[in-house]
Amino acid sequence: MPNMSLSKIPMPEQDPNIRNRNFSEVTLGYTAEMAQEEATRCLNCKHKPCVDGCPVNVRIPEFIQKVVDGDFEEAYQIILSTNCLPAVCGRVCPQENQCEAKCVRAIKGESVAIGRLERFVADYHMQNSVSLVEKPVSNGHKVAVIGSGPAGLSCAGDLSGRGYEVTIFEAFHKAGGVLVYGIPEFRLPKAIVQKEIDNLKAQGVEVMTNMVIGKILSIEELFEMGYESVFISSGAGLPSFMNIPGESLIGVYSANEFLTRSNLMKAFDNQYDTPIRNSKRVAVIGGGNVAMDAARTAKRLGAEDVYIVYRRSEHEMPARLEEVHHAKDEGIIFKNLCSPTMIAGNDDGQVCSIELVEMELGEPDESGRRRPIVKIGSENRLEVDTVVMAIGTSPNPLIRSTTKGLETNKRGCFVVDEKMATSIPGVYAGGDAVTGAATVILAMGAGKIAAESIDEYIKSRYTNG
Amino acid sequence: MFTIVKKRVLNEAVTLMEVHAPFIARKAKAGQFIIFRVDEFGERVPLTIADYDREKGTVTIIFQAVGKSTKLLAQKVEGDDILDFVGPLGKATDLDGYKRACVVGGGVGCAIAYPSAKALHDLGAQVDVIAGFRNKDIVILEDEMKAISDNLFIATDDGSYGQKGFVTDVLRSRIEGGANYDLVIAIGPVIMMKMIALLTREYNIKTIVSLNPIMIDGTGMCGGCRVTVGGQTRFACVDGPDFDGHLVDFDELMKRNTFYRKQEQEDSNHICRLNLKENEDA
Repeated sequence: MPNMSLSKIPMPEQDPNIRNRNFSEVTLGYTAEMAQEEATRCLNCKHKPCVDGCPVNVRIPEFIQKVVDGDFEEAYQIILSTNCLPAVCGRVCPQENQCEAKCVRAIKGESVAIGRLERFVADYHMQNSVSLVEKPVSNGHKVAVIGSGPAGLSCAGDLSGRGYEVTIFEAFHKAGGVLVYGIPEFRLPKAIVQKEIDNLKAQGVEVMTNMVIGKILSIEELFEMGYESVFISSGAGLPSFMNIPGESLIGVYSANEFLTRSNLMKAFDNQYDTPIRNSKRVAVIGGGNVAMDAARTAKRLGAEDVYIVYRRSEHEMPARLEEVHHAKDEGIIFKNLCSPTMIAGNDDGQVCSIELVEMELGEPDESGRRRPIVKIGSENRLEVDTVVMAIGTSPNPLIRSTTKGLETNKRGCFVVDEKMATSIPGVYAGGDAVTGAATVILAMGAGKIAAESIDEYIKSRYTNG
Repeated sequence: MFTIVKKRVLNEAVTLMEVHAPFIARKAKAGQFIIFRVDEFGERVPLTIADYDREKGTVTIIFQAVGKSTKLLAQKVEGDDILDFVGPLGKATDLDGYKRACVVGGGVGCAIAYPSAKALHDLGAQVDVIAGFRNKDIVILEDEMKAISDNLFIATDDGSYGQKGFVTDVLRSRIEGGANYDLVIAIGPVIMMKMIALLTREYNIKTIVSLNPIMIDGTGMCGGCRVTVGGQTRFACVDGPDFDGHLVDFDELMKRNTFYRKQEQEDSNHICRLNLKENEDA
């Protein structure tokens, strides 16, 4: 008999007023008892709507039944069969729009806590399993993957599982892409990302860091080196600014820079030499997950007042609801329906305030969200010493500009077909480099599809030729 | 790992290193840069490529020990490794089609200007080099610059070597004397580049400057290196590091370069204390 409780078992978390002073993980995860109890809420539906809601089709009811049985390792293996980064996805997937949105239990009450269960199972495996990763027998074919973010890792993992010799080329000194430079430690501990990457390496994937493809090697040269196919997952790295006066003042950051200094370069840790501004009052511009991450990071770095400045209302915010709640609990102040018009500085070129106008919502625009319109006479000023622009990114131009015949769209994203194939035979692309800024799990889904296509492509060359 | 195969101390603050980095050596061109990280705790620091040897697979860097990372790097010896070394980044300097070039270097900027002077020389242009230093003791690369230039002019602030005065004085007298340059390349302290650009604007001579703002990734990702050029925001790492000297907002760049001055001073005090302690122990 299923557990008919209408709500999820809550997940323990650090107290907001303690956690906003440290970088340890906010949420603490289920205990085995909690996980087993939550798992009994799953109805094990025959038509499995949750699985369709997952971009990598994790066999959700099957793994949850194993949790009910207490066979956590088997549950892990079921998740792993379609998702090579369970501990990551259990933490950062927007489950509320995916699997959990389709859950039958969500019709009346809360969905099953699929994400929390996935996280529990993955963490259990990391803590308790000693099983060695098996290195598949090589099929002798080499594939190059550009970028070690979620798309690249999932593509590399799947191809390596099929026997391909995969090399990942990473531009930074550390693998993980947005999982290490973008998402903060308190949401996704870097030790977990490192373990997932170590598993891929144990499986035979080679990771070469400090390799900026497009500069040190071209796509063409990768083929000359014997790679038979290339997957481009170079992410959406180029930060956007608002083009308002004052963006060059000292104290204005792109969210990319601010988060990279803290996450990848560990500015929060005194052992590291990375400098970051010692801010007291911070305005973060934007309403997405990146904006929440930047605001919560600023608070943890010691800022007293941290504002989210967003031009629409909370209802339109692209950030996950959970992240908005976490930010509010931690004391982040939301200034919704506000938009900056200029940043003012002092004689030394240091930020001292930001000028805002209030907005009201008009008719929906092409994105379906109501268009913000400036309220006349609503100008006001916010005294801040730091401004972080978290208003989006566009794809990095380095590969596009150095590869002839690689088709891109107006926004600079690679154009691919449903198999993730680009305009160059043997070259595939996926993740934010194709879609523009999106989610970890969508990028992973694209990596999986590309792996399948690359496998087909290489096999076809040998059967036809 | 990137092994230091050769080290040469050029003056008390400036060091030359040849680093084994065969992939970068294969692709490097004049004007491009690398980013190094000295150890796990170090910053990512950009340095312009001073030279390269495609056959030996080495890249030469010349740097002034000013911050913590460059000081730690300067302490390394031949055979040591540098943890991270990435490049070649940025666009190469466009040097085609010039007949009479003047390359102006200030201090350690001479090391950054040298590859462009050499490349122009190899392309058959007539190359004058004007190298400025504070005094005789810190003159670097004199033989190297002499070898690839038609005329080498050294200026020192105190007159202890070469001509007394600033590089701008030398450049003005060359131009007034009918040198008829069709290109000036100026690399050195921001204030020097600004003054050179102001001077060459009077004579309408095309002027390339190489900017070295604060950056992290060097691939267009962080946006920290943004500079205003001709009223537009450009990223030095991917759009530069070379820009038209007549269009760069040098004042803004000088301000932005002080972003972390306070923290750097604290770091620098920290190193001094360490050295002091070592000395006391010894």
